Amino acid sequence: MSIQNSRLSSEDLEKNFSDLHPPFDHPEGALLEANRCINCFDAPCTKLCPTSIQIPLFIKQIASGNLKGSAHTIFSSNIMGGGCSKVCPVEKLCEGACVYNLLEETPIAIAKLQRYATEKAIDEQWKLFTRKPSNGKKVAIVGAGPAGLSCAHSLSLEGVDVTVFEKEAKGGGLMTYGVAAYKVTPEFCEAEVKYITSIGGIEIKYNQELGKTIHLDELRKKHDAVFLGIGVGIARGLQIPGEELQGVEDAISFIYNLRTSDYSKVGVGDNVAVIGMGMTAIDAATQSKRLGAKEVTLLYRRTEQEKPCTDVELELARLDGCNILWLSAPKEIIGENGKAKKLVCSKMKLGAPDASGRKSPVDTGETFELEVDMVIKAAGQIPFEDLVTKSAIENKEGKIKIDKSGKTNIPGVFSGGDAVNGGKEVVDAVQAGKDAAEGILEYLKKQTGK
Amino acid sequence: MADLRSDFLGIKSPNPFWLASAPPTDKKINVLRAFEAGWGGVVWKTLGTQVKNVSSRYSALTYNGQKAMGFNNIELISDRPLDINLKEIREVLKEFPDRAMVVSLMADNNKESWHEMVKKAQDTGAHGLELNFGCPHGMVERGMGASVGQDPEIAKMVVEWVMEVAQIPVITKLTPNVHSVVPAGRAVTEAGSNALSLINTIQSVTGVDLDTLVPNPNVAGKSVFGGYCGPAVKPIALKMLTTLAQDEVTRKVPISGIGGISTWKDAAEFILLGASNVQVCTAAMVQGFRIITDLCEGLNNWMDEKGYKTISDFQGLSVPSLTRWEELDINYHIIANINQDKCIHCGLCYITCEDTSHQSIDIKKGMPYNTYTIKDEECVGCNLCKIVCPVQDCITMEVHRKAPEYLNWTEFQKRGLPLNDH
Repeated sequence: MSIQNSRLSSEDLEKNFSDLHPPFDHPEGALLEANRCINCFDAPCTKLCPTSIQIPLFIKQIASGNLKGSAHTIFSSNIMGGGCSKVCPVEKLCEGACVYNLLEETPIAIAKLQRYATEKAIDEQWKLFTRKPSNGKKVAIVGAGPAGLSCAHSLSLEGVDVTVFEKEAKGGGLMTYGVAAYKVTPEFCEAEVKYITSIGGIEIKYNQELGKTIHLDELRKKHDAVFLGIGVGIARGLQIPGEELQGVEDAISFIYNLRTSDYSKVGVGDNVAVIGMGMTAIDAATQSKRLGAKEVTLLYRRTEQEKPCTDVELELARLDGCNILWLSAPKEIIGENGKAKKLVCSKMKLGAPDASGRKSPVDTGETFELEVDMVIKAAGQIPFEDLVTKSAIENKEGKIKIDKSGKTNIPGVFSGGDAVNGGKEVVDAVQAGKDAAEGILEYLKKQTGK
Repeated sequence: MADLRSDFLGIKSPNPFWLASAPPTDKKINVLRAFEAGWGGVVWKTLGTQVKNVSSRYSALTYNGQKAMGFNNIELISDRPLDINLKEIREVLKEFPDRAMVVSLMADNNKESWHEMVKKAQDTGAHGLELNFGCPHGMVERGMGASVGQDPEIAKMVVEWVMEVAQIPVITKLTPNVHSVVPAGRAVTEAGSNALSLINTIQSVTGVDLDTLVPNPNVAGKSVFGGYCGPAVKPIALKMLTTLAQDEVTRKVPISGIGGISTWKDAAEFILLGASNVQVCTAAMVQGFRIITDLCEGLNNWMDEKGYKTISDFQGLSVPSLTRWEELDINYHIIANINQDKCIHCGLCYITCEDTSHQSIDIKKGMPYNTYTIKDEECVGCNLCKIVCPVQDCITMEVHRKAPEYLNWTEFQKRGLPLNDH
């Protein structure tokens, strides 16, 4: 029992990490599906899209043979419409609202159609947007994730010169570093970043970390405004004995490793326990299994009803053969020779509702043990509280406070996305970037007016 | 089980479905396949002076992903030697004596040619003749086809020639490329034609290729007006059929209904509006002869449900319902009703009514589903919402008469009743 890499052949790994939602193989498939859409007015799908993509319009544009128009419609609302078509939990957003659900029929494959139009645009580098001539305004954006890139694109369109500072070596943020590989490939993420920045006026400086190589004060001095799209990053600790043992890893770094190295080089245990039931937990559990782990067990301290992931995600974990344990909380990790060996869990029951409105888990006092050699912590992420507090930005437990236009308490400093909301979907971050861009443009106009 | 047998001027067939004179009835091999599949009869593709066809020949219209909802062709009459056609007709008659065999004819525009053609055709033992006065392309330029059918005088003359020698029933097939089919229909009936059939194809251009800029179908960079057919022409055919069924002269002879018949429902509609049987072409061309199974079964089941034992039990029953606008009841008023339990909140009723009709639907915004209700006082009962609604029986039109008594427009004016004030 140990953590090993190369448990499977490269062919098997290739297969296990191939596209979860394959695209339409033939244009006919897209046409058939596009023609199935009834073109709702004030469409429920659009209403549940955080970026309000005009979904019936882009689908009817596919049907009419106006694929360029279709891609333009999508990107006008969501410049990361390509990536979102792969990672969005559409079952609780657009597709979940499709009126076909009310007829108990399969909803329109909106994500698949969106992918059809956007992938073509990205592959063929369609020039769908032209930025206004440079107006001399300079904005610094920290973080080349969905919020930052979306903000950058919106600003550049209006003639603002944008510099994006990214701490990693590649853009895309969590899309590149934090999502299961079978949902979106690093190559796609790179192509998407390239496509977004192809309108010009956006320079991305990599390996630039706020508080280390760059500082807010300097950025403010050199630019007319600053947008902080720094996301969340630190995995929440379990606060239990044994967390320091070898074999205990956080899901963020586990997935990061999967995204930055060869699958064959990423080690995984025989018996893996994943703590948490969010999207990241599912991504970590399914990918452990796909790397060749024998047993993967997902633990969640509440019941299925309170789970943060969607039914579709849970089903994915189940189909991959992961065990699911409800009402189970980690209590202690017992090691041998410094390596994790056993996970002691408390049996929980549901008590009174907590602040989130969900029933809170209460320890029953009973425990049970799992043989493990790897424990992956996926119990949520903590905002960069120190970083934010040191910069004197008003925040709540590290989550940056902003007003409706994205403004923080510091003049000319805006924020949005995970850094503000503590971690939501990519599509939420894209919208936050758009909103902040609007706020920034308004702010710049006022500054000029003075 | 209803009795689907058809007797058209004594021409008997096990069902009322004949294949129209067209490519599917061009030669023995096709016709045998059709009869094996169960078709009641065929009208053999038009015989005449042998012609030469071009390539390509067909084009079609796709609408919202539905292929061939309209179809057109620029094919001429049979391009095979007359003798081979006649020989094959005899052979098929021998193999399938229980099926209707009608031969379509188009002779050169003189008496001798028509006499010769009629004699040759009836010598095969065929059960009937159909005179092609309708082909809208290729033959017209030679003074045949539609150019005969478009001129009642010429049509009458040709039918008179034919009737001089015809010993089997003669059906005259009319062209729709006229203002009204009635004058030609009357002329040929008065000249002795035993029956009528309609419609032949409608002159058309199905579209232009947006890459080559050449209209369809493309023949070496050029095109010609083709004959339009398929589901798209059914409403036009039904209207023309009705005018014949209502006319005091033409209604005396049986009519074979043609024009976009694809399903048993279409067939029932043609028969209800006066056809004695129907002819099918495009549906078979785009699906194959196997469609005959459901044509027969569907019609049979509907007849059983309605209690009709034979085709003639319901033939023409809908003709009297088509009246003149002046006779419609102005006091009849319907108002749409949306069944909220069935509504899927697509908003199509709302946006169409709001943009293009009478702003009669109220919207209550919801997240993500809006609620739509009818403003009774605004609704004119136009049916638009019901037409666009994707859910069966979700929108129903309910009767709210303006007054109990029948009132038509003539009477309305006579009484000096008020018109709309908005």
